[in-house]
Amino acid sequence: MSYSDEVVKHYNDPKNVGSFEKGEENVGTGIVGAPECGDVMKLQLKIENGVIVDAKFKTFGCGSAIASSSLATEWVKGKTMDEAMTIKNTDIVNALHLPPVKIHCSVLAEDAIKAAIEDFKNRNNGD
Amino acid sequence: MNLPIYMDNHSTTRVDPRVVDEMLPYFTAYYGNAASRNHSFGWDADKAVETGRERLAKIINADPREIIFTSGATESNNLALKGVVEMYAEKGNHIITQVTEHRSVLDTAKRLEKNGINVTYLPVYKDGLVDPEDVRKAITERTVLISIMLVNNEIGVIQPIEEIGRIAKEREVLFHCDATQGVGKIKVDVQSMGIDLLSFTAHKLYGPKGVGALYVRRRNPRVRLSPIMDGGGHERGMRSGTLNVPGIAGFGKACEIALEVMDEEASRILYLRERLRKGVVESLGDVHLNGHPTRRMPGNLNLSFAYVEGESLLMGLKEIALSSGSACTSATLEPSYVLQALKVSPELAHSSVRFGLGRFNTEEEVDYVIKRVIETVNRLREMSPLYEMVREGIDLKQVKWAKD
Repeated sequence: MSYSDEVVKHYNDPKNVGSFEKGEENVGTGIVGAPECGDVMKLQLKIENGVIVDAKFKTFGCGSAIASSSLATEWVKGKTMDEAMTIKNTDIVNALHLPPVKIHCSVLAEDAIKAAIEDFKNRNNGD
Repeated sequence: MNLPIYMDNHSTTRVDPRVVDEMLPYFTAYYGNAASRNHSFGWDADKAVETGRERLAKIINADPREIIFTSGATESNNLALKGVVEMYAEKGNHIITQVTEHRSVLDTAKRLEKNGINVTYLPVYKDGLVDPEDVRKAITERTVLISIMLVNNEIGVIQPIEEIGRIAKEREVLFHCDATQGVGKIKVDVQSMGIDLLSFTAHKLYGPKGVGALYVRRRNPRVRLSPIMDGGGHERGMRSGTLNVPGIAGFGKACEIALEVMDEEASRILYLRERLRKGVVESLGDVHLNGHPTRRMPGNLNLSFAYVEGESLLMGLKEIALSSGSACTSATLEPSYVLQALKVSPELAHSSVRFGLGRFNTEEEVDYVIKRVIETVNRLREMSPLYEMVREGIDLKQVKWAKD
């Protein structure tokens, strides 16, 4: 199976790799997947006044998983939490031209966005 | 040094130029059907087939009349299992094999199970080896065949074939050995190993694709087989179909070369493999060797790079042809069944890479691969949440993962 140009581009030059400093405020973290399944995505969102101002990721997974998380960090920046919640895995599939066997990578990315926002809301309960 | 580098010699090998030279005349000059008895075209083709048969027999210490040509090792394995089971149906309905066999043995065994045959799948130890005593214990009055491979295609471990052959003889059960990965790489002797049927194929030993063979013992005991294809009764009625004359000529030449260079080549490839292993392991922490450390084929190195997924590693090494046991390289999302049988944890199975060194690899290539593997593993570890967690002192086994 060969990779789409979009997947190769993100794999070779992933955007927003890394983690925020421990204890940095206004950060929500989503960790999804499991090592035994061969995919773990950690997505962190920095949210100010309901808007995602920065995003970082780390991913253990195949090239498509890395590309999906890299793309997700690009897409969420500048969006409100509500807007980010509307990103669908199928949007990622289409943008990266993922084959059927790689759809789970896009699902993980969608789940990671939701988990990070959820985490942020839990930490800032009542805000 | 030219790129890309081919280091996937368990999948297939480059055809040796000497083999190609041997084959070419049989396409355009001596293109007869080896079964044509009444003209020189047929006689020339038949002569090439018989020369090939002799060369194949020699590399496994058999008689040429015991070689049946097939289309490849998959067909040979199918013929051995199905042919014996059908022919010996009156004697019994039980066969013994083991869990890390090639798919062409395991899937054939599964089909036989559907037809009412009982199959015992023996386990392997953590080093990938079967215990011959387990084979002995599994034999019953109804056992007609034991099928155990010589060299595993993923982890390169060499099974204790002599011991199993001895047990099979004692208990008068036929013994089939899938020696696809071993012939031409390590010494194979059907007499001293007590093998009654043996599968092998040309394209794993620098010969062409599409031609294989099944050794079928003629004496002590004489093995009989039901054919799985009906037709013109070629190959002593065991395998009908016009013989692939150029392929057989090439297969024969490949065996002749392999036998001649085997000792020297094995030590050269072993040196390259150890150079690769040390070069990678000494620079990177948390690299695990899969399979027995020494009881393995010279060209095989199977490593798991913790915290890095195998397919993403291969993607980063795109100018080097390698293979991975990661689920992402298959359509099933399950990591390698061979590594799972060795009780390698699923995450390490996902992180495995198979290096398959062969005749045409050079030291310069090995050094290049070492450098690129180190670079790429380090890059991917910097991107890995697991590596980050481990560095922070988190025990990954204690983490509650959100699984879907």
